[in-house]
Amino acid sequence: MAVDNELKIELGKQGVFVTTIEELYNWGRRSSVWPMQFGLACCAIEMIATTMARYDLARFGAEVFRPSPRQADLMIISGTVTKKMAPQVVRLYNQMAEPRYVIAMGACAISGGPFKQGYNVLKGIDRYIPVDVHIPGCPPRPEALMQAFMTLQKKIDEQSLTGADRPRHLDAEAQGEFPVPEPGEHDLEPASNPGVWPAPVVIR
Amino acid sequence: MVSNPYFSLAILFVAALGFGLAPLGLAWLWAWIYSPSKPNAVKNSIYECGLESKGDAWVQFRSAYYLYAIIFLIFDVEAVFLLPFAVAFTGLGMAACVSMLVFVLMLVEGLAWAWVKGILTWA
Ligand code: SF4
Repeated sequence: MAVDNELKIELGKQGVFVTTIEELYNWGRRSSVWPMQFGLACCAIEMIATTMARYDLARFGAEVFRPSPRQADLMIISGTVTKKMAPQVVRLYNQMAEPRYVIAMGACAISGGPFKQGYNVLKGIDRYIPVDVHIPGCPPRPEALMQAFMTLQKKIDEQSLTGADRPRHLDAEAQGEFPVPEPGEHDLEPASNPGVWPAPVVIR
Repeated sequence: MVSNPYFSLAILFVAALGFGLAPLGLAWLWAWIYSPSKPNAVKNSIYECGLESKGDAWVQFRSAYYLYAIIFLIFDVEAVFLLPFAVAFTGLGMAACVSMLVFVLMLVEGLAWAWVKGILTWA
C-alpha cells in the first residue's frame, strides 16, 4: 500500500525516506532518457542548440544523443517529415528499444507546418507513430524543447506500472510493431495507421 | 598441488575470470527477468539508418585491385625516402647520390611497368 503524501513528507522531515518500486522505477527512467541523434530540417538546429553549453539539456539527464536506435529511447522528430523520409522515421522508431517516446518538435512534425500544402510533405508524424509531446513553433525555441522534455519526464513519472493504463512495454499484449508505410502511386500506403491516428471524418 | 609455484597464478586467473563474467551474468539475468522484450521483424532487421538493407555484407573485392595497391606503394615509399634525401642533399657525396638515383630509377621502372600494362588508363 502506498504511503500518502503528507505522511511521506512528515517522515522525510524526521529523516525516514519511504518510496515505492513504481517511484524508483519511474525516477530511473525519467532521469536517463537517451535521445536519438536524428534531425530532419531547420528545427534540428534548435535541437542541437538545446544540447550545447548555452541551454544544456544535460541538466535533465538527456545529453547523450545516440547515433543508433538500439541505444536510444527518445525520438525527437525535429523538422519536416517528407513522404520520402516517413518510412525511414517509422522504421527507426520500430527499431528503438522499449520503452520509447516521441517528441514532435515544430509545426512541421505536428502538421506539415508551412509546407502543409506540399505534395510531398507528411501532414504530421502522429499519423504513423504515437507522439508523447507536441511542441508548436517554427522553430520552437530551445526553451520550448526543454519544456517538452520536462513534460515528457512528468508523463513518465505519472505512469503506473500495473493496471489497464500501464505503458506499452509492460503490457505483453500491446503491439510493439508499427507498420512501415510504403511509397504508393499518389501517397504513402497506408496513408495513416488507424491504430494510432483515427482519420478524421470530413463533413461537407 | 598447493606447493606448485603456479598455484597462486591459477587462483588469480579464476578470480579475474569471475570478476569479468559475474557482471555480465548479472546483467544478462537482470535483462532476462525485467527487460520488456518486444521483438519483431522490423526491429530485428539490420540497422541501416532507417533504410532496408540490401544484399550481403560479405562482398568480395576483385583481386585485380592489387595493382593499385602496388602503385600506391611505389609513390608512398618514394615519398618517404625522397624527403630525407632532399633535406640532406647539399651535404651528400657522389656515392650517396648515385645510390639514390638507382633507387629512384628502380621505382620509376615499376611505374613504367604499370604504364606499359595499361593500368594508368582508367577503363
Ligand atoms: S517547423 Fe519551421 S523551423 Fe521547424 S522544420 Fe518546419 S519549417 Fe523548419
